[in-house]
Amino acid sequence: MRLLSTYLIGLIFGVGISISGMANPAKVLNFFDIAGTWDPSLIFVMGGALVTTFIGYKIVIGRSAPVFESGFSVPTNRTIDARLIAGSAVFGIGWGIAGFCPGGALPALGTGRWEVIAFTAALIAGIFLAKFTQSIGTTKT
Amino acid sequence: MIETAFTPIASLAGGVLIGIASTLLMLTLGRVMGATGVLAGLFQPASSQDFAWRAALLAGMVSGPALVWLMSGEMPAVEVPISTVALIVGGLIVGVGVTYGAGCTSGHGVCGMARLSPRSIAATVTFMIFTGVTVYLVRHVFGG
Repeated sequence: MRLLSTYLIGLIFGVGISISGMANPAKVLNFFDIAGTWDPSLIFVMGGALVTTFIGYKIVIGRSAPVFESGFSVPTNRTIDARLIAGSAVFGIGWGIAGFCPGGALPALGTGRWEVIAFTAALIAGIFLAKFTQSIGTTKT
Repeated sequence: MIETAFTPIASLAGGVLIGIASTLLMLTLGRVMGATGVLAGLFQPASSQDFAWRAALLAGMVSGPALVWLMSGEMPAVEVPISTVALIVGGLIVGVGVTYGAGCTSGHGVCGMARLSPRSIAATVTFMIFTGVTVYLVRHVFGG
């Protein structure tokens, strides 16, 4: 039941990403290309997702516990540090080059397109590379 | 460069579905719908149960395009206007960035912003600016 519901939630997310255009690098890059072939569609994706989630969270997080767990696992860190800003800046550079973000690429894998598989393989390699350099940093300090 | 059509209704509907999925994941498992966190945790799961929900969620995500195809008769468009080298370099950079930045468009941009998390707001503003500047530089300064 728990896994079936989680699968269906992934499916809703995957359909949402697919019809929104976030799985299409050409559309994502055009959103940022205000000086060129601008396509403002992604404002509607972000707006729709943000407003829906904001309202949804207001209703859900007021509960004593989630349906299948004993408590909420919401990030509690509120510190804005150099690592957060530098990492986000680096992510922005990569997103601007490739046009895929992780949430766009993972559902796009379902199209079977080799470009998505290549991007996702590189994405996973990048995650491992960063985890490795982070672990070196932690042992040194 | 490939021109793309302005699709406010489909994009808004997609965004609302993303929001519904994020809300339902919080309702059922009490977790944020961050693609980076879900994917990274798959390789270092805290338990077999932790692995299972991540795998189920990813399997659902990957099934999305097939359902769209069943309903509309068309696979979602994936148009890649860049070289394979740029795609792979971009993928590596995204992987490093989202790991250090602890989130991406879904985790920070949607779920974190919806919780009004100061970290997520700072992260989202940062990556949106850097993405925009990168696209401008690639298309209008170095390329084009």
